[in-house]
Amino acid sequence: MTNYLEFEKSLAEIEGKSEELRTMARKSPGMDIEKEATALDKKASDMLTNLYGSLTAWQKCQVARHPDRPHCKDYIEALFTEYTPLAGDRNFADDHSVMGGLARFNGRPVVVIGHEKGNDTKSRIERNFGMARPEGYRKAIRLMDLADRFGLPVITLVDTPGAYPGKGAEERGQSEAIARSTEKCLSIKVPLISVVIGEGGSGGAVAFATANRVAMLEHSIYSVISPEGCASILWKDAEKMREAAEALRLTAQNLKELGVCDMIIKEPVGGAHRDPATAIANVGKAIEAMLGQFTSKSAKDVRADRRKKYLGLGSKGLAA
Amino acid sequence: MNWITNYVRPTINSLFSRREVPENLWTKCDECGTMLFHRELSDNLNVCTNCNHHMQISPRARFAALFDGGIFTEVKVPEPIVDPLQFRDQKKYTDRLKASQKATGEKDAMLVARGEIGRTPIVACAQDFSFMGGSMSMYVGNAIIAAAEAAIAAKCPMILFSAAGGARMQEGILGLMQMPRSTIAVQMLREAGLPYIVVLTHPTTGGVTASYAMLGDVQIAEPNALIGFAGARVIEQTIREKLPEGFQRAEYLLDHGMIDRVTPRGKLRDELISVVRMLMGLDMAVLADLPAPTPVTATDSAAKGAAKP
Ligand SMILES: [Zn+2]
Repeated sequence: MTNYLEFEKSLAEIEGKSEELRTMARKSPGMDIEKEATALDKKASDMLTNLYGSLTAWQKCQVARHPDRPHCKDYIEALFTEYTPLAGDRNFADDHSVMGGLARFNGRPVVVIGHEKGNDTKSRIERNFGMARPEGYRKAIRLMDLADRFGLPVITLVDTPGAYPGKGAEERGQSEAIARSTEKCLSIKVPLISVVIGEGGSGGAVAFATANRVAMLEHSIYSVISPEGCASILWKDAEKMREAAEALRLTAQNLKELGVCDMIIKEPVGGAHRDPATAIANVGKAIEAMLGQFTSKSAKDVRADRRKKYLGLGSKGLAA
Repeated sequence: MNWITNYVRPTINSLFSRREVPENLWTKCDECGTMLFHRELSDNLNVCTNCNHHMQISPRARFAALFDGGIFTEVKVPEPIVDPLQFRDQKKYTDRLKASQKATGEKDAMLVARGEIGRTPIVACAQDFSFMGGSMSMYVGNAIIAAAEAAIAAKCPMILFSAAGGARMQEGILGLMQMPRSTIAVQMLREAGLPYIVVLTHPTTGGVTASYAMLGDVQIAEPNALIGFAGARVIEQTIREKLPEGFQRAEYLLDHGMIDRVTPRGKLRDELISVVRMLMGLDMAVLADLPAPTPVTATDSAAKGAAKP
C-alpha cells in the first residue's frame, strides 16, 4: 500500500481508480478495462512527473520525511558487504539511533556510520526516530578514530530530525558530544564522504556531515532548524512552516548553490520511496565517484581539503 | 584614523555603554526586583548587589573591565556577504540587522579584541546577547576565526565569552556551518599549542554550545547561567515530565561533570589571569587593577571619541 502525502491527493485518487478497475476486472474476467486503466496510469504518471518536477520546499520536507523512504539500514544492506556493526560508546550505552561499523564498499574496507529512523512503530521507538543521544555521537567519534588509525575511508549517511531533546541527553553532555563529533570529522586524515539521504536536522546532522564531500539526494533537506520550529519562533505560528521552509533555503538545490552540498543525487520519479532500489543504486554510484576523488591524495591533503571547504563557505550567497 | 579610536577608557566607556537606560537612572533586577542605581550596577559589572544575579553585560563593558587599564585594541573581522539567503519572515533580515546595529552600536554579535590582562597578552571574544540573541552568524564565525588567527600571530591565549541562543536562523544553513568553521578555529589554536578558555555566560544554547563553546581547554561558567543544547520547553514537551530545579544551569552542569568551574563575574579576571599564566608557563602575576600597559594621555574629549559612536 502506498502512503500518500497531502499534496499527492489527486494522484492518490487516480491511482486508486486504476487499481479499483483492475481489481474489478480480476473478479469478472470478461470485462475489458485495459484501455481505461492504461489511460489512468498514464495520467497518474504524468501527474507524478509534474508534481515531483516542481516540489516546493515544504513538499520536499515531506518527501524527505516520507515513512517509506529508504533509510540508513536499507542503504547499508544494499550497498555494503560484510557489514560488521560495532556497538557502544565505551562509557554509558549503545545508541540504536546510530548505526555504524566496518563494512566493504565495492570490495574496499570502510567505516560506515548513519542515523537510522526505523520503519514501523517498534523499530521507530527502538531507533528513537533517528534522534541520537550523546552516546550516538560518541560511538561515531570512536568509529571515526578507528577508521583514522587504520586508514579506512568513512562514509556517513545523514537522516535525522535532530539530536534528541531529553533530560538525560542534556545531563550527559549532548552539546559536548556533538561538538566533539564535528571536531573529529574535521581532524581525521582519511576521506570522509557524507550523503544526506533524508533529513539533515541541524547540529545532529553537522556532527556527521562535516565531510570532504557532501552529497544530497534530490529531495532531501538540510537545515539549521526544522521549518516548524522556525515558524513558531519567527512567525510565532508553527502553522507557517510552508513560509519558513521556503525562507530557510533548505533544499538540496539551494545548498548546492551555497556551496554546502557538492553533488545532487537524482531520485527516481516520484521520490526515492517509489523506487528504493534505483535511489540506493544512485547513491552507491555517487559515493564511488566521490571516494575516487581522494585515491591519490595524501593524508595531510585530505584533512586540508576538508578545512578549506568549510573555511571557504559563505563566499557565495543565492543569486538574487 | 586616529589611533585613539581603537582604545576605550573604562570609566568613560561605562558611562556610554548604558544605551538601554539612557534616561532612567535606575535598573530593576529581573531576578529579585530590587531597583538598582545604574552607577552602582555598572561598578558591580552588572551583577545585582542585592541577590547576586548576573545580568547581561555588553562586550565593550566586559572588555573595559577585563583588560589592564581598560585598554584594548579591536581585532578587525572580515565582513561576510550580507543576507546571503535574502531572508524574510514577518520582517526582512536586513531590517532586523540594522535595528540591532542601531541598538547596540556594534556590527554583529561578536566583538574581538587584543590587549593584556595582568600583563599577559591575550585575544578575547565576547558574544553580544542583545544583538539578535547573540546568534551565530557568518560574521560571528569570521570573528572567531579572526580571533584565533590574531592569537596565533601573537602567540597568546584566546578567551571567549559565549552568550547565544544558537545559530542565526536568518542565515539558514550558512549560520549552521559556523559550527564546523568555528571548530576549525579551535583546532588551529590547539595546533599552535595555545590555550583556549571558554567562559559560558547566560544563556548559551543550541549550535553554539554544540561547537566552540564546549571545546575549551578550560570551561568556566558564570553563576546560574543557562547552558544546554535543547530548550527546556522542547525537552518537557518531548519527555512529558517536569524538569528538575536548576536544570541546565551552570551549577547543574558542574555537578554533572560538564564544566570545570563556576566563577562569579567579579572574580573572573583574576582567575583568568591565573589560569592562562599557568597554562603558558609564566610566573605568578600580581593580581590587581593594573593601569594600561602603555600610558594613555588622552584627554576626555579624545576618550569620548573612543567610546563607540
Ligand atoms: Zn537581584
